[in-house]
Amino acid sequence: MTNQPTASVPFQRPWHDYLKFSTDHKVIGIQYLLMSFCFFLVAGLLAMIIRAELLTPQLDVVDRSLYNGLFTLHGTIMIFLWIFPANVGLANYLIPLMIGAKDVAFPVLNAIAFWLMPVVGVLLIGSFFLPTGAAQAGWWSYPPVSIQNPSGNFINGEFLWLLAVATSGVSSIMGGVNFVTTVWKLRAPGLTLLKMPVYVWTILSAQILQLFCLPALTGGAVMLLFDLSFGTTFFDPFNQGNPIIYQHLFWFYSHPAVYVMALPAFGVFSEILPVFARKPLFGYKTVAISSFLIAIQGTFVWVHHMFTSATPNWMRMFFMASTMLIAVPTGIKVLAWTATVWRGSLRLKTPMLFCLGGILMFLFAGITGIMLASAPFDLHVNNTYFVVGHFHYVVFGTVTMAIYGAIYFWFPKMTGRMYNEAWGKLHFALTFIGANLNFFPMHPIGLQGMLRRISSYDPEYTAWNVVASLGAFLLGMSTLPFIANMVASAFQGRRVGNNPWNSLGLEWTTPSPPPEENFEVIPTITVEPYGYDRPVDLTTEVTT
Amino acid sequence: MESGNHLPHVEPTEEQEPDNLGFGFPVFLMSESVVFLSFFVTYTILRLTNKPWFPPGVDGLDVTRGAINTLVLVTSSGAIILAEKALHRGEMKLFRLLWLATISLGIVFLFGQAAEWAGMPFGLDAGSAGGTFFLLTGFHGLHVFTGVCLLLYMYWRSLQPHNFDGGHEGVTAIALFWHFVDVIWIILFILLYLWPVN
Ligand code: HEM
Ligand SMILES: [Cu+2]
Repeated sequence: MTNQPTASVPFQRPWHDYLKFSTDHKVIGIQYLLMSFCFFLVAGLLAMIIRAELLTPQLDVVDRSLYNGLFTLHGTIMIFLWIFPANVGLANYLIPLMIGAKDVAFPVLNAIAFWLMPVVGVLLIGSFFLPTGAAQAGWWSYPPVSIQNPSGNFINGEFLWLLAVATSGVSSIMGGVNFVTTVWKLRAPGLTLLKMPVYVWTILSAQILQLFCLPALTGGAVMLLFDLSFGTTFFDPFNQGNPIIYQHLFWFYSHPAVYVMALPAFGVFSEILPVFARKPLFGYKTVAISSFLIAIQGTFVWVHHMFTSATPNWMRMFFMASTMLIAVPTGIKVLAWTATVWRGSLRLKTPMLFCLGGILMFLFAGITGIMLASAPFDLHVNNTYFVVGHFHYVVFGTVTMAIYGAIYFWFPKMTGRMYNEAWGKLHFALTFIGANLNFFPMHPIGLQGMLRRISSYDPEYTAWNVVASLGAFLLGMSTLPFIANMVASAFQGRRVGNNPWNSLGLEWTTPSPPPEENFEVIPTITVEPYGYDRPVDLTTEVTT
Repeated sequence: MESGNHLPHVEPTEEQEPDNLGFGFPVFLMSESVVFLSFFVTYTILRLTNKPWFPPGVDGLDVTRGAINTLVLVTSSGAIILAEKALHRGEMKLFRLLWLATISLGIVFLFGQAAEWAGMPFGLDAGSAGGTFFLLTGFHGLHVFTGVCLLLYMYWRSLQPHNFDGGHEGVTAIALFWHFVDVIWIILFILLYLWPVN
């Protein structure tokens, strides 16, 4: 496979270029995607061990402390090494192309930010091999559990976990500075804010959110590290400390973080739907600006994760209201997407299927989200599988589906070749069915009171757990047609022109794959995006 | 359809490079200030909810020493402003002199801080008072140290001929960083040193 003639696609790079240090945003983008997908598989494997344990009520596959390590690292790797870097990879590849720039504002910083991520992976996965085992305090790492250190070893799972989170934080801040500056300073002439594609808006909003909220978690993690390893007592309730402060710092970042993950998905939907519905994005300006509103509002809702953390009633009421308000800009987006596909001439290609599936699952997640926002209801289901079901509909059902959709959609741009449509559809079907089988049952068992983060449970919950586990194994299998399709198509896929979808996005005006520095002549932008109602030449339509 | 792939690669005419650093660096500093904010908030909550605050036998920090350190840092911020002005007027000699003065004051500050740490009657593990004092001053000190390194690097660059012909973005960014470190210290001084003991 290595001696495939690569010259047939101009500007295509040999595969080993992606293993080297490069400052080209397109190379870095693909590096991020490849790396994060590997970590996705690792974290998925951990999930399947968890689900194997949960097939039966008894403890039979792993022991309890390993189980704790499994769910802690499953969550941590999925968030910090799959969703975040996969989104960053797409943004790296797409943003300069979408704004008509030659590269990002700080190419070297960008490359360093990428190469920090494998370090994070080694720290996290390596922690399984320590004598103390991996961190066991869950992805949120609440003290006082997380500062116990029963082994007494200086190097322990929790210690590596904190180092990893701090490193990933440094990388994200570098990335944030780079993206915000790129969008702010490097837009092509004429590309005003209200002519930018929605995807660019969502990345800008998400990265601003990242820049101003992530440092709170960094501060919290530093203090946690000192408590764990250097004898301070910031969060130690027995020595003048206060563990609730950590919860606030954690969620002050980690609620906005859910929007850092979700906003790019909203951007992807907004790019792909109009192309396959051949209609302009409904209410473009409103959708664009509501990205920013979501970011602002998302900063004022974090206490909805702490309704049961000795939170005073006035605070519960304030944050209940603010959380419900966030459904407004979010609802605007869902309405706009619905109106966009309404009576459009839909082409149900794989990217479109992933988007429609993702929006459907997001709708469900939004409804359970609003339910959780109601404090009285949350007091009942907090810390149960209902919450786990809610956020898996978002992080998997919405964000991961959007990333898949985006990979299929921009695959011809990145490679100059087309993926295999039949295999793509098979992948979609397996993913969509697997995801719903896996995550829907979590709602009823959560309502019945099954707690999260337990390795053995009451036999009355067995039936739904079996369904969920089968769904998980199906999801595991669903990655196989995807991997096969991507590898085979990247090397042997049918060559297509520069713009196989007849998209009006600026990125499709460059050759596929684009040359170094992207544009031969920096374009000047005069119109709003998504002008699919204007007469355009559709004769070059490629059917797959 | 394929023709787009074979267009010749045209170099666009040389345009003015956008001032990315001038935008990105302040953005970074705003982000960095949130780390300090998280420490300040933690300190404030802990201090409000813990009485007595200091370990037995200790009644407060050495305000005089803190005030001297504040004076040193504020003076250095003034020096760097003058240095920038000199650079804009093209007076390289004066610029280097003031730049060196800033560096020296930064080093004096670091020594003052180190002396204070050495003479501290309590340690890092002395409950909330110990933890917050060493964390806040330590993290700030790390920034001063970084600042001194950046200043030294820029001094070395100023000795290279024609180095500032393309603009002074680097100098502006470092000066901004130095003011940032200064402002953080003033907040820290008020919170740590001037907060009444009882
Ligand atoms: C209309 C939108 C949404 C609302 C109203 C909402 C509301 C909530 C509430 C109230 C909780 C706390 C439940 C509890 O801990 O008892 C929660 C948990 C969670 N949500 Fe959402 N949510 C929304 C959208 C999202 C999005 C877009 C994401 C992710 C991309 C997300 C991810 C999460 C996660 C990860 C958790 C649980 C974290 C944990 O406890 O470990 N949510 N949501
Ligand atoms: Cu939240």
